[in-house]
Amino acid sequence: MSTMHGGSRRDFLSRSLTGAAFLCAGGSMGALAAAEPVAAEPIAVGAKSKVVVARDELLRGTGATVDSQRMLALLDRAMQALFGGDHPAERWRKLVRPGETVSLKINTLGGRGISTNVHLVVAICERLQEAGIKASDIVVWDRDSDEMERVGFHVAIGGDRVQCFGTDRVGYEEELAAWGSVGGCLSKILTQRSNVLINVPVLKDHDGAGVTIALKNMYGVIHNPNKYHPNGCNPYVADLNMLPEIRSRMRLTICDATTAMYEGGPGYKPEHCWNANALLVSTDPVALDHTGWRMIERKRAEKGLKTLEAEDRAPHYIATAADAEHRLGTNDPRKISVIEV
Amino acid sequence: MSCALDVEGIMKGPVGHPFDRRSFLKCALASGAALGVSGVAQPAAATPSGAASQAGEDARFAVEAKFYQKQPNRKIKCKLCPRECVVGDKERGYCGVRENRGGTYYTLVHSRVCTAHVDPIEKKPLFHYLPGSVAFSLATAGCNVNCKFCQNWEISQSRPEQIPSEYVPPQRVAELAKQYDCPTIAYTYSEPVIFAEYLMDTADAGHAAGVRSIVVSNGYMQEEALKAAYGKMDAVKIDLKSFSESYYRQVVFGQLKPVLESLVTLRKMGKWTEIVYLVLPTLNDSDQEFRGLAQWIKTNLGADVPLHFTQFHPEYLLKNLPITPVPTLERAKAIADAEGLHYVYIGNVPGHPSQNTYCPKCRKMLVERVGFTASKMLIRKNSCPFCQHPIPGIWHV
Repeated sequence: MSTMHGGSRRDFLSRSLTGAAFLCAGGSMGALAAAEPVAAEPIAVGAKSKVVVARDELLRGTGATVDSQRMLALLDRAMQALFGGDHPAERWRKLVRPGETVSLKINTLGGRGISTNVHLVVAICERLQEAGIKASDIVVWDRDSDEMERVGFHVAIGGDRVQCFGTDRVGYEEELAAWGSVGGCLSKILTQRSNVLINVPVLKDHDGAGVTIALKNMYGVIHNPNKYHPNGCNPYVADLNMLPEIRSRMRLTICDATTAMYEGGPGYKPEHCWNANALLVSTDPVALDHTGWRMIERKRAEKGLKTLEAEDRAPHYIATAADAEHRLGTNDPRKISVIEV
Repeated sequence: MSCALDVEGIMKGPVGHPFDRRSFLKCALASGAALGVSGVAQPAAATPSGAASQAGEDARFAVEAKFYQKQPNRKIKCKLCPRECVVGDKERGYCGVRENRGGTYYTLVHSRVCTAHVDPIEKKPLFHYLPGSVAFSLATAGCNVNCKFCQNWEISQSRPEQIPSEYVPPQRVAELAKQYDCPTIAYTYSEPVIFAEYLMDTADAGHAAGVRSIVVSNGYMQEEALKAAYGKMDAVKIDLKSFSESYYRQVVFGQLKPVLESLVTLRKMGKWTEIVYLVLPTLNDSDQEFRGLAQWIKTNLGADVPLHFTQFHPEYLLKNLPITPVPTLERAKAIADAEGLHYVYIGNVPGHPSQNTYCPKCRKMLVERVGFTASKMLIRKNSCPFCQHPIPGIWHV
């Protein structure tokens, strides 16, 4: 996968620091602090869940690596379609407010090739800082620091910069968090370092769960995800996302579909990947998962593969997440507005 | 620390309270000191550490698994337990301690001891195996089921990298057992099925040094693996968690049938086996279930297999249930006695007369137990000294 070692964003950490310095020098921090931030609002009764699918066929230019400036522009386009507004910071201020601690849960399990793109994370961090979040109040994280480093993230702990490390560096809560069929200890990054959770998964096939997108990315939050893979991860994925510690913090999902995988997941299988050059963005993780699943099915059909249902591994946990017991969002296509930009 | 002996079973700690996670880790640390090994990492703090990666150290514990099949696309099928996890590259099995690395399956817990203590053998419990002796008892992280009542979930439901561990190779275990005058090494606390390779190598090292091995297990294991691993054991204690498939499915997240098959296999192998049945109020305490259990044991294993009905204490995901009433345990014993089992015990109830061993013929007391200690042992030449009725078990070193 592309790393931060290209273009003008050679170093993630220095880039973040540069962003923070720019904001201070520009004097925009005061203005941001005075703004009236509004947290993501629950979907009104009868309203459709918006899922933005933003694409840029020239995201990689002529090379294989994602262009960082085009990634930033793609993110802005997606956020504008979701939140409106004329200025990027204005949109992000609908999501976060200065003083909040924001964590970005990425996905690096698949290794190079099918992990959350570093350029996307850099772009999100940049916009968060423009919205008034201090660099040091942003944590980029996954389960394991080594896995993060292997895909191009540089571990950064302390100092006035974006923090970047895995749960292995801080551990899990000692107390058990339980809901329904799930009981696990939560990452201290989630519980002690985050007011706001932004989910930044990838779009890929999963041999057990069918697909792994937004909801399943939360498996990286608990200490015992291996216990919850039977039965296609159903109802475990839905139950896990019901944990108050997760649900109360979850504000947005930005799914990295620059490179997506329609078969052979969760490990990286280059022969089953395609350059979708897209981002999926929504405040409804169920609607986003449903939309992403359809994208994977379309690609499977294009490649002459059976549907996941025919392979007996349809992601039924998505429907469970939408049922009356969970209400984490909607999987009803009639209630989902897919906005292509 | 006195608590260092009390990580298994219900009566934990000097005042009889189960340990919280912090105490447990403290005890594990203390045991690390007792082992004469140092450098155990402190439990992770909320502040991130800038320490270097543990990946290099982790490599010491990774050994290719013995029981699995390679499959296309770098997948593997685990053949250790009946779950038969099909694991993709870079993924782990249900147990959390076995990982597919490029199509080769590895155990990550060989010689990776997260807790070790010197325990009375009665604490396993094994009542017909060297009463009054002690066992050098150890565990690694991980388990192949997820019992909602697990007393040791902090280690059994964790991945190995999530809890402090020590590198203790098989030869070192044998040396420590000798050093602490333990005639036996016990594989216990979490679930030894998932560290089968380490158990096998350690049993070999122990036997070479004149130290026996026993295992405390759920018996949820494939036959070939069971024969290979538990074939090296001198005695086995199986936790038969219920006599109902639905209970196994809903409370244990496993299956009953393979456990029953394991018991029969152990019987055919001639392994000394005892059975523990943890009685949970309302979930596995019906007369019908007790009777079915006793009848099955008598028919398939024989009347001489010791059966322990033990008291449940609320823990892990079942804190909403009360402690098992003693009359419930007494009812279970009465039913099993009536079905003709010769050695039915009540466990986790200190001072209860049914924790003693009585001659099934003359009814005289042969082994008196106080807590986890055998205070009186009258069996001679494997027989009752009063009526010479043979008493099955391994009574003398």
